[in-house]
Amino acid sequence: MPLVKNGKITADAFVHLADDAEIPGDGAILVSAQRFLGDAEALSRRTAPTGVVWPNNRDLDDLVPWLDRLAVVALAFPSFRDGRAYSQARLLRERYGYRGELRATGQVLRDQFLFMLRAGFDAFEVKKQSDAEAFAGTVKRYSVFYQPTGDGRLTALHQRMMLRHSESASQ
Amino acid sequence: MYTYDELDRTLINERVEEFRDQVKRRLSGELTEDEFKMLRLQNGVYLQLHAYMFRVAIPYGTLSSAQLRRLAHVARRYDRGYGHFTTRQNIQFNWIKLAELPDALADLAEVGIHAMQTSGNNTRNVTSDQWAGVAPGEIEDPRIWSELLRQYTTLHPEFSFLPRKFKFAITASAHDRAAIKVHDIGLRLHKNDAGETGFEVLVGGGLGRTPFIGKTIKPFVHGHDLLSYVEAILRVYNRYGRRDNIYKARIKILVHELGIEKFAKEVEDEWLQMRGSALTVDDAVIEDIRSRFTYPAYEKLPHMPEELKKAAHDPQFERWRKNSTFTHKVQGYAIVTLSLKPVGGPPGDATAEQMDAVADLADKYSFGEIRVGHEQNLALPHVARRDLPALWKALDAIGLATPNVNLVSDIIACPGLDYCSLANARSIPIAQELTRRFANHDTAELIGRLHINISGCINACGHHHVGHIGILGVEKNGEEFYQITIGGRADEQAEVGTLIGPAVAYGEVADVIEDLVEAYLALRERPDELFVDAVKRLGVEPFRERVYATR
Amino acid sequence: MTSPLQQKIKITGPSIVTANRTWDGAVIYRTAAQGWSTDLSHSAVVRTADEARALLAESVADDVGAVGPYIAPVEIKESGKIKPGNLREHIRLQGVTIDLPVPA
Repeated sequence: MPLVKNGKITADAFVHLADDAEIPGDGAILVSAQRFLGDAEALSRRTAPTGVVWPNNRDLDDLVPWLDRLAVVALAFPSFRDGRAYSQARLLRERYGYRGELRATGQVLRDQFLFMLRAGFDAFEVKKQSDAEAFAGTVKRYSVFYQPTGDGRLTALHQRMMLRHSESASQ
Repeated sequence: MYTYDELDRTLINERVEEFRDQVKRRLSGELTEDEFKMLRLQNGVYLQLHAYMFRVAIPYGTLSSAQLRRLAHVARRYDRGYGHFTTRQNIQFNWIKLAELPDALADLAEVGIHAMQTSGNNTRNVTSDQWAGVAPGEIEDPRIWSELLRQYTTLHPEFSFLPRKFKFAITASAHDRAAIKVHDIGLRLHKNDAGETGFEVLVGGGLGRTPFIGKTIKPFVHGHDLLSYVEAILRVYNRYGRRDNIYKARIKILVHELGIEKFAKEVEDEWLQMRGSALTVDDAVIEDIRSRFTYPAYEKLPHMPEELKKAAHDPQFERWRKNSTFTHKVQGYAIVTLSLKPVGGPPGDATAEQMDAVADLADKYSFGEIRVGHEQNLALPHVARRDLPALWKALDAIGLATPNVNLVSDIIACPGLDYCSLANARSIPIAQELTRRFANHDTAELIGRLHINISGCINACGHHHVGHIGILGVEKNGEEFYQITIGGRADEQAEVGTLIGPAVAYGEVADVIEDLVEAYLALRERPDELFVDAVKRLGVEPFRERVYATR
Repeated sequence: MTSPLQQKIKITGPSIVTANRTWDGAVIYRTAAQGWSTDLSHSAVVRTADEARALLAESVADDVGAVGPYIAPVEIKESGKIKPGNLREHIRLQGVTIDLPVPA
């Protein structure tokens, strides 16, 4: 499953660690929420990058205290129809100020890329190779966005306000 | 009329191109139907019994004449020459080919029409009062807020994959013509003591399998806070709405299961954390939207012009005028309802020819503006009273002057088993037969206001739960049967109707309705006691007796 | 969405498989030649649950050409003519039971 980061297919530095496997001394690993919370102190003190895979039906409260020590938070789309991770993503970015990699996993399809980017995801475990290859083109589909999210894109309303100001300024 | 600017138009065009690509990938096999279905639903494309059905958005029920003409063009060029206006102020085309849809969408985009989110598990058309902006006593035009909400909810990245569909309605009048109490979020615009605009917010209303009347979650949300408050509700729903069972996935079930107090607290907690954010609607933003709504330059006209005096001796004209025209907030003008319920016709349909003709009449008599009501009729919102006689003649010539608005033959019906793959029974032939039984206008006027709603299945697209008489099609041993309810209401006194007895067979429905009407005429206290009020006063029993005595 | 193949298949009499054609939505019937036809008389008729399952499976596999295949009942007249087996299939074959606002 190709990983897309910064608009292109990249090798995945992270390895998914099974719940019963030993924690390696070095190497980037992704662990389940259960595993992480069971051993959060130790895991967060690793010098190598550590990430957590957080289920979409669990509140973020238990994760929040560890955010600044995590390299990756991976959220889940068990079905592309299940949109709970969009809310989780926005909360992580906009409310809790998470700055690490926010990865979309599960049924990640081309037609959801832009929604995911706007919600704060910056890495994608893409289901289909052809979708991964089309990433850069797909995210250019839209230039107008109505509502503000944490992605920094100017909303249509904002653009209008700016236009009005410049119009009245030049009068 | 809201004028789309460059940004609005760009978004619609970008959407068309995206869908064109998605259709291409579907037809080539790159997308499976399972992957494509959600995408086509997000563009209002259903698969029905005979063909695809295409549902086009008419935001808050307002159309320009150019837009209506373009809908006529789509009906002609891509469909079978007609369209159907729905109970959510949208229009549906029943015979569209998937391969031609991107072109149809491109044609519509040229006049600022789209089909975004008219289906799917997302936020749907924000409906409103079809008399918005012209009704006397209206506090302020709710369409400004509808447009604000429309933009906010369009392609919202967080809320495009909700547990289930989500519907908004807004009213700004004491008499609720938008049925806000049976919507997922209902908004009642009003002003606080300081004269500031805000909303009573109701949640969890809805019909379908388990009808609920919406509950007030907050009596006053300031206009500035509308979007952040709505975002809080949507986020709580997105996170906690059920996804295990599609029949329990609407917000009404979440509200019911948590209880309104607990639900309100969840929303409040969420909202307090996001208050004062970028979603705060400041006055400049409202002004910007308001500035792009154009209002007619009304003339100073007399209430009783000569033309009207002269025409008053024509009983047919007078009947129509008294039935189909309504008081306008500006003196000398009227709101005119165009009945799409001709005797023997399918309710809510209009041919391409009729649409073109209405567009011309709108240009001539209504400042180029048309409205679509959720009762499946059209309206011309700005007609000078002196033009009523000429307008009537023109409408009569194209079959849109049946003087039955709000009467027994002004039936609201879903497409039913003739079109819809979800249906158990047909609804249109039932409606047609009822219009024939009650074709006599004197009789209909004698009966008075009586709303009949017909749904072909439990999904209740005909809103039968809130009909004064509600008819629900069910299937029994391969035959079509119908459950009848009475006493429902969709307005500010909204309530769900009561079943009168066992389901009746297809061939008997019209007889039963006639019996109900007869019972009402015999039992009413005075001629102006409405059917629905008589039911409230007397209960269901006397009606049940009359209907089932000989059955 | 459970696949139609995962649901239990029971038939009560002669049955066919029907769907809608992907590119235009037209009503189509699965033929014995592993294709589709808009003509009901060309449809493959099955009489056992196993036969129905097999016919459905091959129909579902044609995801590009057909949308939503399912098993529907038919009536076989003495003459051998195939007729729709319920009101819904009758409507799908013949069209709406009312006059269209614009005659076809």
